[in-house]
Parts: sequence; structure tokens; C-alpha cells
Amino acid sequence: MLDFIARRLVAIIPVLTVVAVFVFLMLRLTPGDPAAVIAGDNATSDQIADIREKLGLNEPIWTQFAIWIGNVLQGNFGESFFFKKTVAELIAQRVEPTLALATCTLLFAVSVSVPIGVLAAYRQGSLFDRLVMAFAVMGFSVPGFVIGYCLIYIFAIELGWLPVQGYTRIGVNFGAFLERMVLPSLTLSVGFIALISRITRASVLEVLNEDYIRTARAKGLSNRVVLMRHALRNAAVPILTVIGLGIAILIGGAVVTESVFGLPGLGRLTVEAVLSRDFPTIQTVILMFSVVYVVINLLIDISYTIFDPRIRY
Amino acid sequence: MSEAKQPVLEVRNLSVTLPKGADREFAVDKVNFTVNPGEIVCLVGESGSGKSVIAFTVMGLLAKALRPSSGEILLQGENVLAADETRLRELRCTRMSMIFQEPMTALNPVMTCGDQIDEVLNTHTKLDAPQRKAKIIAILDRVRLPEPERIYASYPHQLSGGQRQRIIIAMALVLDPVLLIADEPTTALDVTTQAEILKLIAELQEGQGTGVLFITHDFGVVAEIAHRVAVLRWGELVEMGPTEQILSKPQQAYTKMLISSVPSIHPQHRGARKDAITVLRTEKLGKTYSGAGFFQKARVVKAAVDVDLDIRKGETLGIVGESGSGKSTVARCIARLIDPTEGKVFLGDTEIATMTPSRLRPHRRKVQIVFQDPYRSMNPRITVGEFIIEGPMNFGLKREEALARARKLMETVRLDPNSLDRYPHQFSGGQRQRICIARALAMEPELLIADEAVSALDVSVQKQVLELLDEIRQRLNLAVLFITHDLRVAAQICDYVAVMSKGRVVEYGSAEQVFGSPRDDYTKALFAAAPGRHWEFGNFAA
Repeated sequence: MLDFIARRLVAIIPVLTVVAVFVFLMLRLTPGDPAAVIAGDNATSDQIADIREKLGLNEPIWTQFAIWIGNVLQGNFGESFFFKKTVAELIAQRVEPTLALATCTLLFAVSVSVPIGVLAAYRQGSLFDRLVMAFAVMGFSVPGFVIGYCLIYIFAIELGWLPVQGYTRIGVNFGAFLERMVLPSLTLSVGFIALISRITRASVLEVLNEDYIRTARAKGLSNRVVLMRHALRNAAVPILTVIGLGIAILIGGAVVTESVFGLPGLGRLTVEAVLSRDFPTIQTVILMFSVVYVVINLLIDISYTIFDPRIRY
Repeated sequence: MSEAKQPVLEVRNLSVTLPKGADREFAVDKVNFTVNPGEIVCLVGESGSGKSVIAFTVMGLLAKALRPSSGEILLQGENVLAADETRLRELRCTRMSMIFQEPMTALNPVMTCGDQIDEVLNTHTKLDAPQRKAKIIAILDRVRLPEPERIYASYPHQLSGGQRQRIIIAMALVLDPVLLIADEPTTALDVTTQAEILKLIAELQEGQGTGVLFITHDFGVVAEIAHRVAVLRWGELVEMGPTEQILSKPQQAYTKMLISSVPSIHPQHRGARKDAITVLRTEKLGKTYSGAGFFQKARVVKAAVDVDLDIRKGETLGIVGESGSGKSTVARCIARLIDPTEGKVFLGDTEIATMTPSRLRPHRRKVQIVFQDPYRSMNPRITVGEFIIEGPMNFGLKREEALARARKLMETVRLDPNSLDRYPHQFSGGQRQRICIARALAMEPELLIADEAVSALDVSVQKQVLELLDEIRQRLNLAVLFITHDLRVAAQICDYVAVMSKGRVVEYGSAEQVFGSPRDDYTKALFAAAPGRHWEFGNFAA
């Protein structure tokens, strides 16, 4: 087991190296002089030369990469041109809303989608099953911002139950924090719930045809026990896999959702950085998201062993 | 229960309706029989006879599409057809229990064996945890599992097939039910394991006076275990009586036909053809699987070791052995479906074991295989005609010529040549296996490998396919390599027999010698375990 984790951690290195190379080249391969791009349209040639010097762009490309990667490894991600802060500081400021949004979404989506998926499988062909399937199709096809604005219109504007936009830090006022988390999490959850409930349904349906389910019923167990103890645990591996994959979607969805609800998170930071061509910030955010993604998938792989004793690494 | 003589199970006039559009109206049609305390009643029949449907109806575990439409099922006088779901759950495992065909899949893979038995006690009794544990350990001991404590904590995948079946038996019998339903409980097991499990079931039921409803398609097993036999066909009870009477003096034509189809375990004298040309010869053939991972210890599995075989024209060599003995590995190495790691394979004078794929290609035609499962070895989306002519056309035959050959071969395997444009699902299992044989023959092979080619077939169909294979061998003077786990089949079709165990050939000789006076201890044990070996199934010309 420890051996497996060690091997997987080692395997992260080539993945992140590839990502790092791409992130690095992104700036260098942008048409034109990166320094000019960074400096913007109104810069003087002195300013551009200054930036070029500062970025080390006069060095050969390998040296540039070595310097950059060396800095990154020391936690020095450079300085944001647009926000005039170090990128590390910037991210530290913006990480909380995104983390909160992702966690709330994940908790909410999993606690809703797994039970409805199981129930849909158990009552295959029933009205409930068909409703779940219809919802899944809708959840996949309606874009996040549409759902977001609809929810805002209904719950914030018409009913006035919840605030329209904004964010309160968790440490400042927990109640206000929760109030402002409900609609964004709900919005982001829709696609996620559609995905997980469909996979749960399919996976449980498959397991329900297994011989050991028949054995469990022959033992005189109640349907609830058969379903929850025997079927669900055996169906867990595909569900976990899709939750892991879904986190990537979550990250993409956060960009839109944070913009709709005005959350000062990493998603919005990304948008702002892209619009202002703030390359050091873009690079760091991409790098960070890839690390998160790789680590989450490692955790998912490890969690397989909890659900299925046959999986031993 | 007052009267000791009351039957534990009485099935009265039971009918089960099939969904509309099935090939017949009733899965089970007005069936009557009883099982008395301490008695083993065998339900015998071919696939589709309704024997499993009866078992599942008794347990109340019938698929939703099937509905019992008339009759009664009395479990110690209580009609289970009238019982509601709650009552049925109470009865399961306390008064009636069931064991299943596939021990490999019948246990939940993510729960320990102990926990799975514990569920039964937890659901049906008020025993506390230590009492339950003690009872489980006791029953594990009673089903002869070694080290009950270790088994208790084991997951199913850590146990062998035979051990898993013992767990299921333990689970079924832990609360001493009056009725045990065994649905083909040994069909998926090796013959030596089968013998042990049959013995165990007989001992346990005799000790407790349990009534057993034993479902099987195997007359060897019937001869071994049954007190009374009921023969089923298309949902109807054809004949019922004491085992001795049914096996030796069957009254009905169908029963006679079934029993006559059971291959004898004594080989016929077929005469050796020592002078014919050798088609295939292997020399120290071996296959070693080794999986070495990064940071992992290399695991080495020797699937086949030092296998020397030879087959001449017009001769059938049988390889018999239990699962994992390496018999299929050898066949696959000979056909180069997998690459042998040691030794040589001579096809005529050509050594093919180490040949590169491109040089091997022209030789591929010469070795053809018929596989075990006719339902899965044909592509469901192409017609039978395309299936047969694909190979010859790959080797340069024109489409019209290939089709003409296919038509002729359909006649050879006694199928209608006009059905070449049909799809596999329009044929029965036996017919499909004939098509697979026709496909193999279309390549005009020198060696035909039949890998458990009749194992998935019903006994009457099996007989026909075996006769067909033998006739083709004779007519085309083919060399046949026949892989089987079934000693009776081997005895009837093989000139020579190689017995394999743990990747090695432990005994090799003429069928008469190997079956008549086996020398190796393993061979002797294997033959001793064959069910119904003392019973010579008569040939009743119907």
C-alpha cells in the first residue's frame, strides 16, 4: 500500500513536468514579443526592454525554463502584472471561496445523487426512474450560467430568500457565508448530480443482476439491506471514479459560477488574469489546478481499496 | 411438527406462466411431486426444462417476468405461494435454504465470509455477537473448512471454488432448515471437488434429516446422490420414481433417450493407427507467465511444463484435466493463439513455436479451433455464411467458391445450406456448435482442436455433436485434439488420452490403457471422483 502511494507520487513528477513545460511555453509561444504582450499596447520600448530584462527573456530558452522552474519549486511564482502583488499572495487570498464552493458542491451533489441513483435503479422503469433520467439529460444540457441566473431570479429576486451575489468569509460570519453559498453550490451541483446519479443508477443496476444479490435475497434479508449493504458497496468503484473525474468539471464550472455570483475565487481570478494577460497568474493557476487534479485522482484510487478488498496495490 | 412423515415439500399442480412471446406458454406446466424428510429428490432435465424455475418459485425468488399461475407449494403444509414478502423472508434460510450453481459469484466479494453468514443469524435469530460467532465457527467446522477462524475473516476471493461452495452450504444450513434446494451446486466445480461436495451434502442432510431438492442435468450426479428422480422436459414432469428404477428401467421414450445419451466411462476399442503420418508433435512445450512490476516481486506461473504430445492423421488425442491443469494453455500454444515460452511445436515437419507472425500466417490455416461456448464464439452481427467464408477468403478463395464450400459444409454438419444468410441468434446452441465446426472445416485444416467443444451442450445434443465430430474425423482423416474435463466424453471419443495436472502431463497412453488401468495416482483419484462411475448407463433403443 505505502509502496503503491510512493510509486504513484513518483509518477506525478512526469505528469507535472509536462504541464510545467506547456505552461512555460504558453508565454513564450504567444505570437510576438512576450514582453510587448505583457507591457500592453501603450508601453514604450524602454518599458518593454525593462520587462524583457526582468523576465530574463534575453537568456536562452533552456536557461529561462531552468530559472522559472527553480523559482516555482521554491514557491516563488512571480509577480502579477495586473494586481501588483506576488502571485502566491494573490492565490492565498482567492483560494477560500473556491475551496468552499467546491466542498459544498461536492457534499451536496454526492448526498443527493447517490441516493436518487440507487432508488432509480431499484425502481427501474418507474415514474421516479424516468424523472431522474429526464433530470440527468436536462442537467447535462442546460449551461451553468442559465441555471445560475434562473436560481437568482427565483430565490433572490422574486422570493428574496437569499442574497443575489457576493461572498462573506467563513471566519467573519458563518450564517452569512452559508447564505451566500447556497445558490452557487446548487448551480454548480446540477451537472454534477446529473452525472453521478446516472452512473450510480447504471452501476447499481448492473450489480443487482449479480448472483450474490440473489444469495442475499435467499438469506431472507430485507430489500433495504440488500440494496444498501450488498449492492451499493459493490457498485462503488465506478461511482468513485466518476466523482474524481467530476472534480475536473467542477473546476471548469467554478469559473462560470463564480462570475455569475460574484465570488472572489480562483475561477474569477483566472478570468481576470486571462482578460488582462497576466501571465504569471495564469501559469500558476493552471499549475495548481493540475496538482489538485492529480492528487485527487490518487486519493480516489486509494479509496477503492476501502470499498473493494480485492483491490490491493 | 406433529407427524414425522409429513413431506417437507409438496408441489401440487404447479404452473408458472412465461411472458407473452416466449416459445411456449408455461415455464412449468402442472407439476406434482413431494420431498420427504431425509430424502434427496433430483430434478433432472435439459436446459429450458423448467427445473430451476421450480426451485426459484419455491424460494419466492422468481424473476418478475414469471408468474406462478396455478397450484400450491406446501412447505411443511404452509402454502408459500400464498405467503407475503415478509413471511417469505422469515422462511428463507430458517426453514428453506438454497445453494447455487456458481460459487465464484454467489458470495458478495466485498464482505468477509464470516460477516455474510452472520447476516443470516442477525436477521433471523436474537443471538448476541459471541453466540453468533460461536455458531458460525461450529458450522464452518461442520462443512469441513480448515481453520474456521481464518476462513471467518477471509474474503471470498481468497478461497477456492470448493471452499466457497462450502461457505454457501454453511450459510444455507446454519439454521438447520427442513428443506435444502441445491441448484446445480457442483456443475461449476472440478470433478474431485464435486465428489467432496456431493459427499458433504449427503452427510449433512442425513445427519439432520433435511429434505433436499437437488437440481442437475448430470445423470452421473443423479446416480451418485438421488433417492428419487423426477425427469422434466419443457416444463412438464415426464417421469418420476426411485433412482434405481428410473436409471435401469425407464418407461418414457424421452427418459430412455436421455439416459442412452450419457456417454459410457469405459472406452470403446478403436484400434490404433500407428502407421499414419504424424500431423502434430510437441517437444518439451512450456508456457510460463511472469508478471514483474516496477518495485514488485516477479510472480511466475508455470501454466504448462515439458509437454510432449503427438497426433497422427485420423486420430483423436484427448487432453483431460481439471481447471488450471494447463490443458487449454497447451491447445492455445499449439494453435499459436498464445506464444509458448519453451519447447517446440512441429506441424508436419515445420517448427512453428518460434515462427514470426508473418511467416506463421500461411500455417494458421492448418490448425483450427472449435471453442467451448457457442453463444459467445460467434459474432452476433454477421450472418452464418459470412462467418464461415471469412477465413477461406482471407486465404485467397473467391467469394463464390467460398460460399459453395460453405453450402457443402452445412450439409456435412447436417444443417440446411439455405440458412447461410441467417444470424447466430436464430440457431440453438447445438446448431451453433455445428456451425463453428463447419467454420473450422472451411479452412481445410490438418488439425482440429476442440476446446471443451461439447461441455456447454445438453447431453442429448452433446451426443449428436460428438458423433458428428467423430464421423468427420473418419471421413476427412483429420487429426483431432480434444480438450475436455469430462471423463465420459473423453472415453468415448479419444484414441489416446493425456492426463494433465498442474501444467504437466502425468499420464499418456491409449484410451483403453489409461481408463482401464491407470498408473498415476492423480489419474486414479480423478477417475475415482467421476460421479456415477459404478453405474453403467444402459442403451435403451427407443
